[in-house]
Amino acid sequence: MQIEPGLAGIVREGVRTVFRHADPVLLGLILALLALSTLTVASATSGTYLVGHLINMSVALVAMLMLSHVPPQVLIRFAIPLYVLGVFLLLGVAVAGDVVNGSRRWLNLGVTRIQPSELMRLAVPMAMAAYLHYRQEHLSSRHFALAGLLLVLPVGFILRQPDLGTSLLILASGFFVLFLAGLAWRVMAGLVLLLGAIVPLAWMFFLHDYQKQRVLTLFDPTSDPLGAGYHIIQSTIAIGSGGLFGKGWGQGTQARLDFLPEGHTDFVFAVYSEEFGLLGNLLLLGIYAAMVTRGLTLSYNASGLFGRLLCGAITLTFFTYALINMGMVSGLLPVVGVPLPLVSYGGTSMVTVLLGFGILMSVASNKSLVKT
Amino acid sequence: MKTRRSPSMKIDLQRWRMQLVMLLIFGAFIGLVGRLLYMQTFQKDFLVKQSDLRVKRKVEIPAHRGMLLDARGEHLAISIPAAAIVLNAREAEITPAQITQLATGLAINRAWLEGLVRDKKASFVYLRRQVPAEDAEAVMALKIKGVSSRPEYRRYYTAGDTMAQVLGVTNVEDKGLEGIELSYQSALAGVPGLKSVIRDRSGNIVEELDLVRLPKHGHDLTLSLNSQIQYLAYRELQAAFEKFRAQRASAVVLDARTGEILAIANYPAYNPNDRATMTQARARNHAAVDAFEPGSTMKPIFISAALERGIVKPSSRYDASENLVLSGKQIRDTHPKGVITVAEAIQVSSNVVMAKIAVSMDDSDIHDIYTRSGFGKAPGSGLPGETRGQMHSLKSKWKPIEKGALAYGHGISISLLQLARAYTMFANDGLLMPLTVEKRSAPVVGERVISQATAQQVRTMLEMVTQEGGTAPKARVPGYRVAGKTGTAHKLIDGSFAGNRYSASFVGMAPASNPRVVIAVMVDEPSTGVYYAGEVAAPVFSRIMAGTLRFLALPPDAPMQSLPPVRTPVVAEAV
Repeated sequence: MQIEPGLAGIVREGVRTVFRHADPVLLGLILALLALSTLTVASATSGTYLVGHLINMSVALVAMLMLSHVPPQVLIRFAIPLYVLGVFLLLGVAVAGDVVNGSRRWLNLGVTRIQPSELMRLAVPMAMAAYLHYRQEHLSSRHFALAGLLLVLPVGFILRQPDLGTSLLILASGFFVLFLAGLAWRVMAGLVLLLGAIVPLAWMFFLHDYQKQRVLTLFDPTSDPLGAGYHIIQSTIAIGSGGLFGKGWGQGTQARLDFLPEGHTDFVFAVYSEEFGLLGNLLLLGIYAAMVTRGLTLSYNASGLFGRLLCGAITLTFFTYALINMGMVSGLLPVVGVPLPLVSYGGTSMVTVLLGFGILMSVASNKSLVKT
Repeated sequence: MKTRRSPSMKIDLQRWRMQLVMLLIFGAFIGLVGRLLYMQTFQKDFLVKQSDLRVKRKVEIPAHRGMLLDARGEHLAISIPAAAIVLNAREAEITPAQITQLATGLAINRAWLEGLVRDKKASFVYLRRQVPAEDAEAVMALKIKGVSSRPEYRRYYTAGDTMAQVLGVTNVEDKGLEGIELSYQSALAGVPGLKSVIRDRSGNIVEELDLVRLPKHGHDLTLSLNSQIQYLAYRELQAAFEKFRAQRASAVVLDARTGEILAIANYPAYNPNDRATMTQARARNHAAVDAFEPGSTMKPIFISAALERGIVKPSSRYDASENLVLSGKQIRDTHPKGVITVAEAIQVSSNVVMAKIAVSMDDSDIHDIYTRSGFGKAPGSGLPGETRGQMHSLKSKWKPIEKGALAYGHGISISLLQLARAYTMFANDGLLMPLTVEKRSAPVVGERVISQATAQQVRTMLEMVTQEGGTAPKARVPGYRVAGKTGTAHKLIDGSFAGNRYSASFVGMAPASNPRVVIAVMVDEPSTGVYYAGEVAAPVFSRIMAGTLRFLALPPDAPMQSLPPVRTPVVAEAV
């Protein structure tokens, strides 16, 4: 490699090194999304969360770029150990976790508190993809069943915390891995039937009252306008009153005047819609769609089953997050505590999502290095 | 079941699956776009309205309440901008330190505030109203979520307790509760304006959108009251109240020519700027709203009817040496004087002579003079709650004792304000003046009750009262000729005369040669053993009259300090 002389050359070379594995299209879309996010969070919090948000984004971007340098054949070696560690941490949460807002999600390690379920968002699809990768020469339904077990175990733990949103999303990411690996249609049909049987049972025995309330409120938010329906009514008003062009940046009354709760986190989409209108929404959805298209293209072209499965699952999970959040905020889906990926304020989600894209970039740029 | 697939098959399968996934994704995408399109176009108007409902409010702009001014333009009641501090406990986010700051800043109970914040139930609580503007600003500068302020006015009374009862007070809503504040409410209040604003969830106004209408500010009201005279009267009443250990004392000062009330005071009163001192009894403007049995102050009014009818002359002589028995009841004089003239009967206040004259008159003659002098109906001065008093009706024929008693002011109840007004007819050569608390801008015409001659004759008799041999030399004012009449009434409690409970009153005018001021004073239940009106009420009258004549800069009509000749008829001088 020819190093250009001078400071400018060193800097240019350094930048080139840092971004060597970053997919330019994906990176450009991510930065566009983060720019919209910065505008919206700044407006929703009147600027008070801006510095924190910028720090979160920087940390997450650095983590993504660093991970993009780790080749997939290294990643695959960490997949199973990471998963085992995650399960132990979940066990730890179940036994000695801290209860916050009625949920046992946090594990106090003395130095810091962590939320192991976040780790599992990546660890579960990684482990499943790795397992299926190792068995790819003779995949049988036994292997699918075992992979399914890898999925169900942590999901069970997380469901008991209780954290419905995260467990559903991990379930989705695992399902995407199995689906992309070629899960038989008959099995899928069977799963659908099973789900149909489980839902009423879960409703009666497992769902907490607040979870039931959220589902019921979906069908008629006005039945409890000051309680469970409050969020949805306020966010519906925010989105609808934005109209075609929006009220303008910093002009959204619903969030800025405190009517819309969680305007910078889970309900950031309502603030965005109120201020930027339908046109803004089309832009946002366009960016998401482009990211998914790019992600699926990258994963389709990835060499090696591990990379292909993992990247496909990460991309689809990302879009699922976005759809569930926007569906919830616009009143199509029940309220589950899911942030809008890369737009909502919040460091953990930001880092987890961008680490996923780091893996995507690593796989995409290292395809020739993986032996098939 | 199996199994193993060739690599090519696997890839084909995966492409197929990928396409299915893409299809599903874009289906969901289209679904979401459809939902947003629906909300942001078809539902837009409805949802914009919903949004406006939450944040846009029409709020009142308080109208500035008109000032009350005294006759010389001094400010008596003024409205100062203030604020109400409101808590929305449901939205409140307050730290314990802020609770302390808030409680201290507003001088409210910390435990109460803490309870409100803890319960999180109340969405609208006035923490404190009428907070002075600078205090409210300091509290709002704490920027506590859930605490908001609304503009209002705080009424301040410069004259304090001396005018408390006549001016009255407003409540926290800026509405008049008592006194002139109550009776002139609509003129003073004005009409609040309206503006549309954007409010946040705590209720604070974030942005003012547009003005719907400007507030119509209330009118200032210039009163006939003179704060100097009012202060003087109040101070003298307080002195008498303390000296004679009375129940209360009242005074009315009138401009004799215009009927303007220059002062109307009662002691004790309260401080209108400190509502803790306000009790129902102390808030009453007794001089206007409470009636009492007047006693001898009615004799000049009665005798003017007898003079008008030609039944007596001032020089007619009557024997007042013995008690008179009417309807089996004794009528007696305190100091029997033998045979005296009608004028002397007024001077020494003989009940016997008055009763003797009364029995020779018709019921209607007595009823007529009292009614036409303003008794039995509210004076209509503009003060609220004026009493009409009570008078015998003509429905049944009066017994001789009833007629006799009426002649010396028993069997009738009147207010001190009515009494003062009745004496304006003696001051104005027979014309009774309408009363007002407003400063007059145009001269008024009085109502003729008695002839000029009768009025002058009675005035001469009244002047004798303050001279040697009269009941009230202590009513005299150095440098001026004073005419007036005492009234000492044994109080009737539940129909019988009550031990040593008296009301002592004096009503009179000066300068007697051309009366300009009428003053009535009443001291209720003096309890030191001295109760004669000439000893109790006359000195109070004298001091208030002296000050009033000085404040109004009226020229003396007896400049040599000497007493005028006793029996010289007084001819109205054109001054």
